[in-house]
Amino acid sequence: MLDDKDRIFTNIYGLGDTSLKAAKKRGDWSRTKAIMAKGREKIIEKIKESELRGRGGAGFSTGMKWSFMPKEASERPHYLVINAAEGEPGTCKDREILRNEPHKLIEGALLASFAMGANTTYCYVRGEFFRETEALQRAVDEAYAAGLIGEDACKSGYKFDFYIHRGMGAYICGEESALIESLEGKKGQPRMKPPFPANCGLYGCPTTVNNVESIAVAPTILRRGADWFAGLGKPNNTGTKLFNISGHINNPCTVEEEMGVPLKDLIEKHAGGVRGGWKNLLAVIPGGSSVPVVPKAQCDTLCLDFDSCQDVHSGLGTAAVIVMDKSTDIIAAIARLSSFYMHESCGQCTPCREGTGWMLRMMERMVRGNTSVEEIDLLEEVTRQVEGHTICAFGDAAAWPIQGLIRHFRPELEQRIADYQSSDKTAAA
Amino acid sequence: MPKLTIDGIEVEVEPGLTILQACEQMGIEIPRFCFHERLSIAGNCRMCLVHMERAPKPIASCAMPVGEGMVIETNTPEVRQMRKGVMEFLLINHPLDCPICDQGGECDLQDQAMGYGHDRSRYADNKRAVKDKDLGPLIETMMTRCIHCTRCIRFATEIAGVQELGATGRGEHMEVGTYVEKALTSELSGNMIDLCPVGALTSKPYAFTARSWELKKTESIDVLDAVGSNIRVDTRGAEVMRILPRLNEEVNEEWISDKTRFACDGLKRQRLDQPYVRRDGKLTPATWDEAFAAVAKRLKGIDGKKVAALAGDLADCESMMALKDLMTALGSPHFDCRQDGAKLDPTVRAGYLFNSTIAGIEHADACLLIGTNPRLEAPVLNSRLRKRFLMRNFPIAVVGTGDDLTYDYDHLGDDVEVLKSLANGRHKFAKVMKRAEKAMLILGQGALARPDGGGILSLARDIAEACSLVNDKIGWNGFNVLHTAAARVGGLDLGFVPAGKGRDTKAILDGAGKGAVDVVYLLGADEIDMDRLGEAFVIYQGHHGDAGAHRADVILPGAAYTEKNATYVNTEGRVQRTRLAAFPPGEAREDWTIIRALSAILECPLAFDDARMLRARMVETNAAFINVDEVAPAAWKPFGGNGELGTSALSSPIENFYMTDPISRASVTMAKCSDLLPGAEKDKTGTDG
Repeated sequence: MLDDKDRIFTNIYGLGDTSLKAAKKRGDWSRTKAIMAKGREKIIEKIKESELRGRGGAGFSTGMKWSFMPKEASERPHYLVINAAEGEPGTCKDREILRNEPHKLIEGALLASFAMGANTTYCYVRGEFFRETEALQRAVDEAYAAGLIGEDACKSGYKFDFYIHRGMGAYICGEESALIESLEGKKGQPRMKPPFPANCGLYGCPTTVNNVESIAVAPTILRRGADWFAGLGKPNNTGTKLFNISGHINNPCTVEEEMGVPLKDLIEKHAGGVRGGWKNLLAVIPGGSSVPVVPKAQCDTLCLDFDSCQDVHSGLGTAAVIVMDKSTDIIAAIARLSSFYMHESCGQCTPCREGTGWMLRMMERMVRGNTSVEEIDLLEEVTRQVEGHTICAFGDAAAWPIQGLIRHFRPELEQRIADYQSSDKTAAA
Repeated sequence: MPKLTIDGIEVEVEPGLTILQACEQMGIEIPRFCFHERLSIAGNCRMCLVHMERAPKPIASCAMPVGEGMVIETNTPEVRQMRKGVMEFLLINHPLDCPICDQGGECDLQDQAMGYGHDRSRYADNKRAVKDKDLGPLIETMMTRCIHCTRCIRFATEIAGVQELGATGRGEHMEVGTYVEKALTSELSGNMIDLCPVGALTSKPYAFTARSWELKKTESIDVLDAVGSNIRVDTRGAEVMRILPRLNEEVNEEWISDKTRFACDGLKRQRLDQPYVRRDGKLTPATWDEAFAAVAKRLKGIDGKKVAALAGDLADCESMMALKDLMTALGSPHFDCRQDGAKLDPTVRAGYLFNSTIAGIEHADACLLIGTNPRLEAPVLNSRLRKRFLMRNFPIAVVGTGDDLTYDYDHLGDDVEVLKSLANGRHKFAKVMKRAEKAMLILGQGALARPDGGGILSLARDIAEACSLVNDKIGWNGFNVLHTAAARVGGLDLGFVPAGKGRDTKAILDGAGKGAVDVVYLLGADEIDMDRLGEAFVIYQGHHGDAGAHRADVILPGAAYTEKNATYVNTEGRVQRTRLAAFPPGEAREDWTIIRALSAILECPLAFDDARMLRARMVETNAAFINVDEVAPAAWKPFGGNGELGTSALSSPIENFYMTDPISRASVTMAKCSDLLPGAEKDKTGTDG
């Protein structure tokens, strides 16, 4: 369990004031100038040492990502883009930061931008986050007024601007290159890689896209030291993380915990336990809709960190834990996700455009059972035909939940088909 | 040069190539739909996926640049399985209507499904249906067939320069269209039909008329503008069914204009298929003998100096050579191929050619357009200018009307005064051109076909000198004349211009009006004011019943460009030959043979009996005719004319792109396009419906 002294987000529940004054009291914006004075390389080095992994889902080393940016600014400006297009079903951590800890984000943006030689940060906020955008804008205005950002940010002589851009709520605009396209005013469709954004991103300039949480934890890491952060959690899965627990639990919440916290502890201590007790648990989706489901047997011992989740053929993703008890129709639940993915596919590349629709139609039949056992194999094969063959990771995200379903719940699928066929016979008789 | 291994073979390829291109160089075929050499890379069809060592996922070979030490596999069972998978996805929502699809037989999807697809469908659900779009009179859509490769979108945006097509909707509901339904406003829109890998965009006029495998294909040259685009004429029997572009990097790359492509239905209408003789004021059908007799009777005993000839915009070099020789034999110095009265100086070849060459545009670094709208006069050439513009650092300035040319430019004005300040080097754009290494100017017919055309020609030469557009050291000549008529350069090369004190077009017309010229021979000349011919006896030789035929006293039916093996010289001075794709209709004959036959009747037989001898005669007249399909640089010498410079505004001679010659005026398709032009509405009367 995480000690209160190790919490980064001390106002994540929104119990305190969100103003600059209150944020400063909580420790934000303290010694920012001194941190900047250490220089760009030092900041990136510190973040690397902390082994912070990106909080947006893929878990790529944040320090490494920052170091990909060109060392010297050419005639092309550098940009930091903050991905606040939080659209992953089950995930609600970034919005809490925007609402309650906006100054952590703005300070992080300044330090990250400084480290990467960017004078401008764009924060792409999901369109539905209306109040959150207001809260963030208020904080940005405060920071400008206090001289913390602007022409002479924190009196360091560094020019830094922070712009908020509101998206229109398309899920795909959370993909970094689609987000960049959308920010440029185009249709939100992922770009081909290479070239990577660090080389050719926003307006063709070197760009780094980071998740809100990755940026918001950076100032605390730099203040308290990389060792402190790296000392939390497990090797290669360090630090603290915001977990969102939703579904069939008594107390849905967003909570900061140490990486590698046992799933059972998390649910029982913070979320008031599974509805009807741990025994009533059916399965958990540990990292937002796009990772495969984990059945109860594996949940008993599962620890929530990137590597442990991968070991059970799932993923930590955004750490959005979706809990399902035994009352859940797991086939219908996954079919609902398929429907989401079909709706949100951008339509650019073939496997995803055509595959998501096909998979949904098969899933709908699976829910009713009016299909054949062979079609389960076809469904599995179609998910394999989509997985890894698309421009972005959306194809994988659409395929994995179904693969997880077939891997762990094939007997349920077959039973549903058998039930349908027998009821069909009874009806005929 | 990066070294990589493809299918176990180590190769060294140029840096900057993609893996797909590297494979192609090795003769390994990679299936693809969205990739096209001339368009930006989209990478969305996923058909070209290959396996790369150490890559976590298969890579799209069309988008991945080659790198040192890459190990690529293109033919493993996994790769074949991936292709099968992508192919299956493409086909699940593609209708099985190949038997009624115009793309059938020349369809990328059909071919690649045979090569890379499953042998049966595993998709049991209903297919998607998409509402068809109305993109105007040229492009038929069947959007259900669309596989979303976005080639058409990229073509419209990048090559054609009209941002009118795009994709709306997401996922399975994504649709390609104009959003607000409208006809495309590009002069190059027909190329999307060729680019479309499936039958989603097909030719509207050609719809359901023929199958590709039953057509005879003849490689030829287009004559509806002066670019000389390389084309393929597809015929069935005597009928030209469609015209497609042919690859020529030097001229048209692989594009053709909509007029080139779609005006071919004009070849079937208004045709002159037999000779006519005017009897009692009325044109009546006649035999060749009667027609020739009527000409011979009128010419008998007449002084050669009272006979004149004008060659039209579609006249081929063979017939102009023959007619020139005939006029000379008759003792007439009055002949001219510049029926618009353009003050071109025929004495210096560099003074009437597009010297930079069309491909040379890509090497230029500044451009000045004078009295021309290349978008309407030569859309394919305009696409080169746009191509160069997109490569950046290409300042363009225009003296003339400020039309949309699909690229940005400085509008310097529309009067001659601007030219004067450019010529004396004081204008700021003159300085831009002087600083540039390979600057060019393009002088249009709108600047030459006016009373002060000669003066403007001299002025343009002065600009070329003042801004050092001509640099022999690097082999650059930036002085360019953009012609609008396919016959013009050939006519000038052959000297189809007044000999000695002969009359030019204006003087011929004046003379005919005053009675000084008794007989006028119109070789396909339709763009002159027929009323000015006065009482003259008019012989019209041509293929369409256009203005000239209506005024004629004797009509000699000739062949259109698809019906003869004839020579044309394009605006660059490139000698090219058309090929006979279909025979001329009825009694109509190849043009030079008509003149040769007439010369025998007139008892001054010309000195050639077959095409070979005639072409030898052409080479004797101008050595440029030796090298077919090539361009030889023309020597830079003094040329120009004088004449008091006027004050009227410079503008393009073409107002309606779709109707510029007898063939396009006879085309129903071109008429439909004209109706959609801005301003066409108000000319309609109640009977138009």
